[in-house]
Amino acid sequence: MTFTTTLSEHRLMLTPLSVETLQVNLGKLCNQACKHCHVDAGPKRTEMMTREAIERCLEILARSPTITKLDLTGGAPELNDHFDFFVAEATKLGKHVIVRHNLTVTLDAHPISGKSMEYLPELFRTHRVEVISSLPYFQERETDSQRGAGVYAKSIASLRLLNAVGYGDEASGLILNLVYNPVGAYLPPEQAAIERQFKDELWKRHRIVFNNLYVITNMPINRFRHFLERAELYDTYMTKLMNAFNPAAAEGVMCRSLISVGYDGTLYDCDFNQMLHLPVNHGAPATIWDFDLDMLLQRSIVFGEHCYGCTAGAGSSCGGATVAKG
Amino acid sequence: MASYYESKDLAKFSDISKNQKHLWDKFLAWYNAATATEGALTKREKSLIGLAVAHTVQCPYCIDAYTNQCLESGANLDQMTEALHVTAAVRGGASLVHGVQCRNIVEKLTM
Repeated sequence: MTFTTTLSEHRLMLTPLSVETLQVNLGKLCNQACKHCHVDAGPKRTEMMTREAIERCLEILARSPTITKLDLTGGAPELNDHFDFFVAEATKLGKHVIVRHNLTVTLDAHPISGKSMEYLPELFRTHRVEVISSLPYFQERETDSQRGAGVYAKSIASLRLLNAVGYGDEASGLILNLVYNPVGAYLPPEQAAIERQFKDELWKRHRIVFNNLYVITNMPINRFRHFLERAELYDTYMTKLMNAFNPAAAEGVMCRSLISVGYDGTLYDCDFNQMLHLPVNHGAPATIWDFDLDMLLQRSIVFGEHCYGCTAGAGSSCGGATVAKG
Repeated sequence: MASYYESKDLAKFSDISKNQKHLWDKFLAWYNAATATEGALTKREKSLIGLAVAHTVQCPYCIDAYTNQCLESGANLDQMTEALHVTAAVRGGASLVHGVQCRNIVEKLTM
C-alpha cells in the first residue's frame, strides 16, 4: 500500500504547519563511512556548500523571524571550510544553532586539509550550539559494527571533551543530545526506556553525562537500503514499518515544520527526500535563490514509501520520537 | 507439506481469530497486557523472559518474535545470550535434580 493511500485511509492531510527550522546540508564529506548512512557520506565525497550559498542562507534567516532554528548536517558539517563563519553569523542573528556532530570529527584531522579539529568543543561552547551526536549503542561492538572500527573509543573520548566544557551538565544550559538508531533491520525501542539505560550505562562505564537521547528509525535509503537488499530483508523491513504505522506519529512528522537545503542550494521537504532527489513541489524554482516562505507554506509535501520510516511506532524525526509512546 | 514451520506463517497467527473470536480477543488482551507494557518489569526484562521461554518451549515462531522484541526494546546480544544460559541451566538443573529420585530408588532397591 502506498504511503499516500495509508494517509487517505486514516483521513490524514499532512500539510505544512510552519517553517521553524532551516536544515542545511553543508556537504557530503565525512571522516566516517557508516554502514547505515542515508547520505552515502564519506572521506572521498567532494560535494560541499559554497560560501555564496551559506551567505544566501544567512540572508533567508535574517529576513525570516519565524525560522528560529538552524540545523546543520552533512556529512560532517564541521568539515566545510565556512562552518565556523556560518555558526557565528547565525548566532548573531539570534538563531538557535544545532549541529549534527559525529563526535569523532573532533579527534580525526580534516580528511583533505589535515587541519586539526580539536577546537570544536570550544567553538560550540562559545556560540552555545546545541550538539546532537550519534551513538548507536552504549557498547563498543554494536557501535563499531555500524560506524567503523575504533569509533566507539573515539566517541567516548570526544564526549569527555564536550563534558569538560560543560556540555550535558543541566546547570550549564549547554545541550548535548545523543541519537540511538538500531544496528540492523529492526525498530528502535521506546525512547524514554532506552534513554534511562544509556544514562545509567554511560555514567557507570565512563562517567559521561548528556541531556536527552533521541531514537531514530533507520531509513531504507542508500547504504541501509543496500544492506537490506543484500540481506534479502528489504520486503520484511518495509512490512515491519508499514505494520507499525501510527497516525499520531504521522501528525508530528518533521517535514511539516522544516525545510531542508541541499549542499547545492536545492530545497527539499526533508533530508531523506534530499537524498532521493525529490525537491519541494510548490510551483516555483526549488532553490535558496528563489526562497519564498509564503509559497513554501502552501506546498504539497512530497511523500514516498520511505515516509513509513518516520511514522512507525512512536515516530522518528531529527528530534527523535514524535509521540510519547508507540 | 514441505515443512511444518514456515517463517511466513507467523504473520498468519491472527487467522486463529477466524473461529471463536471472543476467545482470541481475550487471549490477545491478556497477552499484550502481560508482555507488551512497562509494569513492575520493564519491557526489556519481559522481552528477555519471553526469549528464554521461547527457547524452553523451542517454538521457532516465538524465538523469531522475541529475538526481534529483545532488539526493539534495547537488549543486546550479551543480555540475550545470558538469558539463554539461564534457560539452559534451569533445564539442565531440572534433569539433574531428578537424580535424587534415581538415588532414592537405588537406595531402596539395593543392599
